[in-house]
Amino acid sequence: MTAARIWALHLALIAALFAAQYLLPPYHVTNLARIMVLAVFAMGYNLAFGYTGLLSLGHALFFAAGMYGGGLLSYHLGWTALPALIAGLAAGGMMAGAVGLLALRTTGVSFMIVTLMFAQAGYLTILYFGPTTGGDEGLNLPAAGRSLLGFSLSADGPRYLVALGLFSTALLCCLGIARSRLGRIMVAMRENEERSRMLGYNPFTVKLIALVLSGLFSGLAGAAYGVLFGYVGASFATIQYSILPMLYVLLGGAGTVIGPFLGALLMFYLIDFASGLTSAYLFFVGAALVTLVLFAPKGILGTIRERWLGWLP
Amino acid sequence: MSFGPFLLLALMEGMVTAAVLALSAAGLSLVFGVMRVVNVAHGEFYMLGAVIAWFVTTMIPGSPAVAFVAALVIAPLLVGALAAAADGLILKRLNYDPEATIVATIGLLYMIQQAVLSLYGPNANPVAAPFEWRIQLPWFGYSGYKLFVVAAAATLLLAVWALMTRTKAGLVMRATQIDRTTARAFGINVDRVYMGTFALGAGLAALAAVLIVPIQQAHYLMGGDPLLLSFIVVIIGGLGSLRGTLLAALIIGLSDGVISMFFSPTLAKILATLLVAMVLVFRPQGLFGARA
Repeated sequence: MTAARIWALHLALIAALFAAQYLLPPYHVTNLARIMVLAVFAMGYNLAFGYTGLLSLGHALFFAAGMYGGGLLSYHLGWTALPALIAGLAAGGMMAGAVGLLALRTTGVSFMIVTLMFAQAGYLTILYFGPTTGGDEGLNLPAAGRSLLGFSLSADGPRYLVALGLFSTALLCCLGIARSRLGRIMVAMRENEERSRMLGYNPFTVKLIALVLSGLFSGLAGAAYGVLFGYVGASFATIQYSILPMLYVLLGGAGTVIGPFLGALLMFYLIDFASGLTSAYLFFVGAALVTLVLFAPKGILGTIRERWLGWLP
Repeated sequence: MSFGPFLLLALMEGMVTAAVLALSAAGLSLVFGVMRVVNVAHGEFYMLGAVIAWFVTTMIPGSPAVAFVAALVIAPLLVGALAAAADGLILKRLNYDPEATIVATIGLLYMIQQAVLSLYGPNANPVAAPFEWRIQLPWFGYSGYKLFVVAAAATLLLAVWALMTRTKAGLVMRATQIDRTTARAFGINVDRVYMGTFALGAGLAALAAVLIVPIQQAHYLMGGDPLLLSFIVVIIGGLGSLRGTLLAALIIGLSDGVISMFFSPTLAKILATLLVAMVLVFRPQGLFGARA
């Protein structure tokens, strides 16, 4: 019964997003495509932070690894979108694995700082190799790199469908992971690492798996962002892109499957609205962070789950 | 110039960086040591110090020296007051939970930075040095003010050290650092100690910025680099240890000066950040001394 309800809810979300492209004006359709890609990133972040309790400040590194992993191949070697996406996925996962092997030796505050430092080193490395990576100015991907099985992703229709396809896959994978044995062990690690260790689970292995999964999602999102919107740049590797997924997850609800999407949707439009009023729109990002952490640490869906819908995954 | 004088110049520039860095890192280290709070907004307190110094020096006419001294007093006080308010309104309510405070101070970082962008604008503005004086070395002339910065920072650090080891306030802070429950049982008002420590840490960052602002310019994004470098220094020196912080500031400042002069500043930063990550992974108590 519960399982049916959960599947119905998630499939309904996907169906609603499919319908949205015919109902909404073009401006919002493009925004929604962007939001869905960012939501994939946030879902990846959620796997590490929301489910496993790994508060990383360096996810921009995995996003950028995917973005450049796909983008550089398509810019310099003329790869098309599909192999570029796969390369980005792999780059994100491998980067997360490499970082995890080192960073997971630490916990808590040290883990946050180590991930922050790795991400900063990654950002500076992109700047250092400016001639190849385009540095601050970035690179505009060629048309060949933005064609998927013959469809050009610079057109609104195919772009939205690809974004939706990636988002749906990620959402259902995330749901699968959350309901699987692995997902429950991840939550156990978050809740009580010592007890889980005594039950025979190796914290290091579980966390590393969670981080690599998280890196795969982030890398895919990064590559998709590059391919769909035709631009890769060092600005996507800055600390701000480590903070944004955290903000989405905190707002939507850490440890919920739909939370990252909801957070990305609301935050995107809040920033969009605020940047129409003032150039200092990041002020609202800061204010949202402080407000959330003070008054609603569980986020929107976390609170709803606690109060009313206990079955929400 | 041949290699020798070049190296000397690099080392002198490195000394200035090290002096300012030691001051702002001491603030970060103090806050972490006593309160166990990683203050990500530390760089913004630094930036605020510089911006307030610019406001003060433009408001006070006449001799730049008077205006500068006024800035040296007013900036840390204002920034300290803001930090105390942030502590009371935000950090205290979070019960100083390490992860929640990091998220909250990230929020604070954006709010301060963007508020300054609105009120002060995106321009970089210079502040006049309190005096013009150049020392003529055989190979190059050097700004006397930069040497003053090194001396002033050293004096201030000495004062912080004396405060921590020779006064009642320092004793109370150290007691709170070692065991806050026992300190509370002995009648120490831990909330007030925390508020004072947070204000003092922010004030030190502001002081460092007032000292440096005649050399650099006041800009709303100037807090990023000092934050990163202070983190690096505090971690390499051992979280919460003042002596280690000083030693690490010297090492990072001097090597930053030398590497930036002979190689690329970006490369210097990449190496420094990776070094920090490795230190935290393999030697979490820092390179020097035991865990504080």
